[in-house]
Amino acid sequence: MSQTATMAGSPSVAHDDVVEARGPRPKPFFTPKKIMLYTALVFFSLYYLFPLYVMLTTSLKTMPEIRFGNIFALPQAPNFDAWVKAWTSACTGLNCQGLSPGFWNSVKITIPSTIVSIFIAAVNGYALVNWRFKGSEVFFAILIFGSFIPYQVMLYPLVMITRELKIFGTLQAVILIHTVFGMPILTLLFRNYFASLPQELFKAARVDGAGFWRIFFEIMLPMSLPIFVVALILQITGIWNDFLFGVVFAGTQNYPMTVQLNNIVNSAQGTPEYNVNMAATVLTGLVPLTVYFVSGKWFVRGVAAGAVKG
Amino acid sequence: MQTSVSIKDLSLNFGSVKVLEHLNLDIAQGEFIVLLGPSGCGKSTLLNCIAGLLEVSDGQIFINGKNVTWKEPKDRGIGMVFQSYALYPQMTVEKNLSFGLRVAGMPKDEIKARVERAAEILQIGPLLQRKPANLSGGQRQRVAIGRALVRDVDVFLFDEPLSNLDAKLRSDLRVEIKRLHQRLKNTMIYVTHDQIEALTLADRIAIMKNGVIQQLADPHVIYNKPTNLYVAGFIGSPSMNFLSGTLQGEIFTADDGTKIPVGAYDFAAPAPGSAKAVLGVRPEHIFLGDAANAMPFKTPAEIEIVEPMGSETLAWTKVAGIPVTFRCSSDIPLAVGDKVTIGFDIARGSLFDAKSENRL
Repeated sequence: MSQTATMAGSPSVAHDDVVEARGPRPKPFFTPKKIMLYTALVFFSLYYLFPLYVMLTTSLKTMPEIRFGNIFALPQAPNFDAWVKAWTSACTGLNCQGLSPGFWNSVKITIPSTIVSIFIAAVNGYALVNWRFKGSEVFFAILIFGSFIPYQVMLYPLVMITRELKIFGTLQAVILIHTVFGMPILTLLFRNYFASLPQELFKAARVDGAGFWRIFFEIMLPMSLPIFVVALILQITGIWNDFLFGVVFAGTQNYPMTVQLNNIVNSAQGTPEYNVNMAATVLTGLVPLTVYFVSGKWFVRGVAAGAVKG
Repeated sequence: MQTSVSIKDLSLNFGSVKVLEHLNLDIAQGEFIVLLGPSGCGKSTLLNCIAGLLEVSDGQIFINGKNVTWKEPKDRGIGMVFQSYALYPQMTVEKNLSFGLRVAGMPKDEIKARVERAAEILQIGPLLQRKPANLSGGQRQRVAIGRALVRDVDVFLFDEPLSNLDAKLRSDLRVEIKRLHQRLKNTMIYVTHDQIEALTLADRIAIMKNGVIQQLADPHVIYNKPTNLYVAGFIGSPSMNFLSGTLQGEIFTADDGTKIPVGAYDFAAPAPGSAKAVLGVRPEHIFLGDAANAMPFKTPAEIEIVEPMGSETLAWTKVAGIPVTFRCSSDIPLAVGDKVTIGFDIARGSLFDAKSENRL
């Protein structure tokens, strides 16, 4: 008590210009540390955003304006002609229907592959954690090892397998391939997540008499939203951006958007229409971009949740 | 008395690690058994085996006379309460309680009646529509008990149910569990590492160490006649004072030469001729002043540390060169450096063979 009294009584006498410390410490904004931090952040943001800027502005320009040569300038008369052309009438090889068929092909590939692969991986992860069977660890090790094998090594065998299954060059083939290749990483993801949930919940459900599927659907799934979001993002972006499997397995009429984009950009006839190419590229990237923007918060939370236990 | 749970020759190995070895235990109908031991002693493992959550390596488990060794948990007539409550987080309290009944396909009105009965017994009626996240620790544990209650099981298994609660709540719920047992009269098997819980709740305590039951007896016997050095040291807080020395006839000679007559001690077998032994005396069996003079062994001592506990005072001193604690009334003024006379109540002490560590 007496100490506080003396401190309150004799402050400003000694240092008239110094404010007596009290309450939260003031946090000035313009400190050298903060200036450096924000300078670096702004610089790198611009660095990474610049290509996007060039893409967007160019896609809104007309060809004569592009030929004029200043790629950093803003469009004089922004118009969406190039976008319309890219979507509806740009030539991908012999077809001149634009990117729209490719978009729908990609949708047809991405949705089933994502759903099937995530479902199987979730069941895998759940079984590996909660229903340990003889050799489950070995099984898991093999599965993880699978994710280290380069795709190229398996490409030709897979072509033969899908040919034998009589699905080569169809949507089913490319969906199957995506499902199989998504398995190791997704299983790892789900296994780690389920391992981080309290084991006692599972035990309680067993004492309550619930079986394999009942526990999975009624207890485990409702608790796994964060990890499902992560898996969704990984699969949607991964499969949407895939080029190799699409070009090999899907067949010409089922080419996904990425392959058709390539065909537009690389078409050898006439002068390259940069504005159409840019518009087509942005269109193709729109889906993953949207997914990231919408689910960013969930993504970080889910990754953190899955990383708790190894 | 009819046996409710009977464990015969149970062994459990995790790989090459033997967690339980040839364990036998018979539990009577309506009995409250506490499995007590430090972490890693196999008590929770044993409980999980009884529940059917772990597969046994050898041996048999009988519940109500039926061999349930190969039965699923739900078919064993058991309900289990876990330390972390293990409530299903996305379900309301009501759904949590009724989950097992819904799985079993019970008619809706029967489920409703049972949930209401459990809610009434545990006084959680107003909480039925809440999610577990919106409950306090004590409320969660009640719901967890309710989940076992609604299933009308024969045997309740508790796996350290109070360990996650604060001290005040723990003692409240302890009394509630005791009251519940008196009302339901079910067989209850209760795992804990807390000796106060064990001593207050149990009809019989099984003290375990390294997968072996050291002593199975009622709390009074466990406390007053521990069967070996381990049990003696584990039970009691502060723990029993131990003096090592040699026993010759009815004279115990401590290592520094102090002679203590132990004629008053109730030997299980006639006193051996001469053997290395350990004398154990509980802190409350050491007396001060007049009471000390009536004891068969008394010695002058100097107070080294005083710990006032409110209702009583713990004092530390040295006897035969070994630190010794004793309890006395908090009314007695004690200060560090005081010279006092203390007396050992040998009749209530314990003597152990130094080699086998068993009670003499």
